[in-house]
Amino acid sequence: MVAFRLPRGSEVRQGRRIPAPDGASRVREFRVYRYSPDDDESPRVDTFEVDLDKSGPMVLDALIEIKNSADSTLAFRRSCREGVCGSCAMNIDGTNTLACTKAIDDVRGPVKVYPLPHMPVIKDLIPDLTDAYAQYALVEPWLKTESPPPARERLQSEEDRRKLDGLYECILCFCCSTSCPSYWWNGDRYLGPATLLQAARWLQDSRDEATGERLDALEDPFRLYRCHTIMNCTKTCPKGLNPARAISDIKRRIQQRR
Amino acid sequence: MPDPIGRPLSPHLSVYRPEITSVLSILHRLSGLLLGFGMVALAAFLVAAAAGPEAFALATSAVDSLIGCAFLVAVSVAFFYHLANGVRHLFWDAGFGFELVNVRRSGWFVVALTVILTVLFWSGVAAA
Repeated sequence: MVAFRLPRGSEVRQGRRIPAPDGASRVREFRVYRYSPDDDESPRVDTFEVDLDKSGPMVLDALIEIKNSADSTLAFRRSCREGVCGSCAMNIDGTNTLACTKAIDDVRGPVKVYPLPHMPVIKDLIPDLTDAYAQYALVEPWLKTESPPPARERLQSEEDRRKLDGLYECILCFCCSTSCPSYWWNGDRYLGPATLLQAARWLQDSRDEATGERLDALEDPFRLYRCHTIMNCTKTCPKGLNPARAISDIKRRIQQRR
Repeated sequence: MPDPIGRPLSPHLSVYRPEITSVLSILHRLSGLLLGFGMVALAAFLVAAAAGPEAFALATSAVDSLIGCAFLVAVSVAFFYHLANGVRHLFWDAGFGFELVNVRRSGWFVVALTVILTVLFWSGVAAA
């Protein structure tokens, strides 16, 4: 359901200000969303002054510097620090992206850091992605076949393999799904761009033999057709992929089989 | 829907940057809504015209009033925007124009076209 305002207990208060250490010359302000399940306080935004001489160039480097020197309780997911794992997806400077590939210099003014939008918050910058993963599982993201297994691998022509370009590179960071207003209002029933891009990936695979039943599962007013081609997904994808086009391809496949 | 174990919901509308993509999308919906009101107003005007000279005079004075004129201009803007952006959606539905650079271009083109068509329309009305 559409709810423009945050529910009670989710409103964000102004938090503490943690100044930069004495002698810091290149100071940058980071305003970071904080929430802890261990006390009864509502979420707040803490302001950290970070000495950029002590931090690497990316927003993730600054968050690590904050955790190391200012507040060790700051919680966020991170792993590869090079844009291939998708762990550090968050809302930075108003758009969803990966903290590890977002340069601090690309942000003007204070760097605002929030968790992925419209998700339950476990702690600080860590959203609960359980529902998003369950939706991903719903599209059965594996090769489904009925023909008897060949003596060796199921082969694919180079041309058919190229049809998966732009689909297989998705790292499931859910930046796109959580940028989509339609997913905000109907995320319990609309699958969202990240999952639908994966659905398109298996529909497109020349080796897959379950196209019909996959389309049956998607042909639903909510699962697929809550996409109104808003295009926030494509705008925000940190990997430069195009979920909106993938969803449009699914819609046209359903039209064409009628 | 409240979270079953009381966790907060992360901020969304209040923190997400207004993008050319989402702003034009919500304007499409709002212009469609305004066109609905415009049709109701048009039907009311036609009913008044059919009802007799006094009712027609009243309806005409409503159209000539400042609020009436502002409403007409707003409906005309909504009409041209909804028309232009509707065609943009038809291209998307046919599978064209999804590249980010083209999304931005076609978006600004629709905005410019709305302004041009509205100005042309009202200068035509003024000339007539």
